[in-house]
Amino acid sequence: MLTTVTISAAIATTVFIVMFVLTLAGILTWVERKQSAIMQDRIGANRARILGLRLWGLFHIIADAVKMFTKEDFIPNTKHRFLFSLAPVLSLFFALLTFAVIPFGHQITIAGYLIPLQVASVNVGILFIFAMMSVAVYGVVLAGWSSNNNYALLGGIRASAQMISYEITIGLTLVGIIMIFQTLSLMEIVKAQGRLLFGVLPAWGIFYQPVGFLLFMIAGIAENKRIPFDIPEGESEIIGFFLEYSSMKFGMFMFADFIETVLIASLLTTFFFGGWQVPYLADTGFVFPWGGRWDLNVWLVEGMRVISFIVKVCLFCWLLMLIRWTLPRFRFDQLMNLGWKVLLPLSLANTIVTAAIVLWLD
Amino acid sequence: MTTRTVHVVNVSARRRALNFWERIYLPEVLRGLWVTGRHFCVNMWRHTLRAIGIKSVPPGAVTYQYPDERRPAAERLRSLHRLTQRPDGTPRCVACMMCETVCPAFCIKIVAEEVSDPNIEKRPKSFDIDIGRCVFCGYCVEACPEDAIRMDTGITELGSYSRRSMVLDIDTLLSLKPAAQNQGKPVDFLQKRLVS
Ligand code: SF4
Ligand code: SF4
Repeated sequence: MLTTVTISAAIATTVFIVMFVLTLAGILTWVERKQSAIMQDRIGANRARILGLRLWGLFHIIADAVKMFTKEDFIPNTKHRFLFSLAPVLSLFFALLTFAVIPFGHQITIAGYLIPLQVASVNVGILFIFAMMSVAVYGVVLAGWSSNNNYALLGGIRASAQMISYEITIGLTLVGIIMIFQTLSLMEIVKAQGRLLFGVLPAWGIFYQPVGFLLFMIAGIAENKRIPFDIPEGESEIIGFFLEYSSMKFGMFMFADFIETVLIASLLTTFFFGGWQVPYLADTGFVFPWGGRWDLNVWLVEGMRVISFIVKVCLFCWLLMLIRWTLPRFRFDQLMNLGWKVLLPLSLANTIVTAAIVLWLD
Repeated sequence: MTTRTVHVVNVSARRRALNFWERIYLPEVLRGLWVTGRHFCVNMWRHTLRAIGIKSVPPGAVTYQYPDERRPAAERLRSLHRLTQRPDGTPRCVACMMCETVCPAFCIKIVAEEVSDPNIEKRPKSFDIDIGRCVFCGYCVEACPEDAIRMDTGITELGSYSRRSMVLDIDTLLSLKPAAQNQGKPVDFLQKRLVS
């Protein structure tokens, strides 16, 4: 039922998650340059300054945006001008839409209404994520197709082959999670991870599904199309689907990549690292397994949970960047071998073993 | 019809076969991540300590912040040419054309003229080096029998807005000093060229 409170709550959560994702993705453009620099004993972008202030190069985010917006927006000689302009929008749109079902906190009570800290509390959240991830490939394929350029088309085709292969692994690894938590709702999955295993260990997904976590992370990075799996793009030599894009249209593709990094980090957090859960933090405060308790204000607890979610996502973003700046790229046949001959059988085996254990325990 | 011998190189014999742990990638990936992650943590720690004023830790980056901070040039660096002078200020060059002949880039142009001094006989009327074509091989220095041309000015920033200004004439070449006298300062002759 729609009331002022629920509507404004929906708007507030939407604004929060959009701001969070866009800010984090924006900062990631800077983090990527700085982190790679620090890993490689360099300094990294630090020249942009405003009024003599440099702030470790943080203004490069603004400088990049200004550059992207003011460059010439070139549209190649193609029959599909509309699709050409639509493709980057689609990439960005579907990447952002997925965040609708990701819970970033538990719930708050305002004027007697219980408001879950999640944009859309649908109870088929996982299916929604699968759906969004599989339509995300359209942006890439359309970009390749509408560019009227054979290299771009080949890039788009490579992208679709890669994303379809790795979506299967993503789906199968999450089957294990669904079987263990017996629900498709992301909020319920996160809530279930607040229990304790063997009385001490937080019941996070990674302790149930270590293999699933690894497979999901690998397939997630592949979905993200970043470096060990950047065969669709390959900006340095094999040329990718956004070859003909310039100005902010290219910027949108680049930004969609960073948003997907945040997305993979959020999904890893939600499914395997307890989402917004803080270990031993219940609704009323800390309850330690060794007997102590520490009561806290409800708002404080909720704030800590939201911050816990943000911190976990940031840590995963850091890890994904570390991976991106460490590993060399796979060859296309290696990529397909890895996807179909290694990850797929492993995720099938993982599903079967999980199913057997779940049955046995019942 | 002639027979041709085909040399087959056995690649697999030269390449070490991967063992099981290397073939499953994961341990090697973790090892790589450990290396880069360690670099990140160590450098981050050093940057932080230096940012809060503890300068005794080694710097977190090995790079030079180029226009602000110049890397000391090696003593043998081949930098911009100069023509040396006799004690009386005349060029040492005797216009023997050795350097012009040896130059692989054909960037030296000398016009000789006679002098009355029987010990010298010739001197350059004009001596142009087109820096835009020079490959900095140093052959001209090697070839010179008079030690009249050297590449020790330490000047390496040679950008310019026109091709014409890349050609240095004899007066400019004679006016340049060895690097020790420039003290690593950007030489103002560069600025002048940018304006003109
Ligand atoms: S350094 Fe080499 S290329 Fe340059 S002027 Fe001398 S001989 Fe010619
Ligand atoms: S080789 Fe030496 S002396 Fe001969 S023309 Fe060149 S600079 Fe002059």
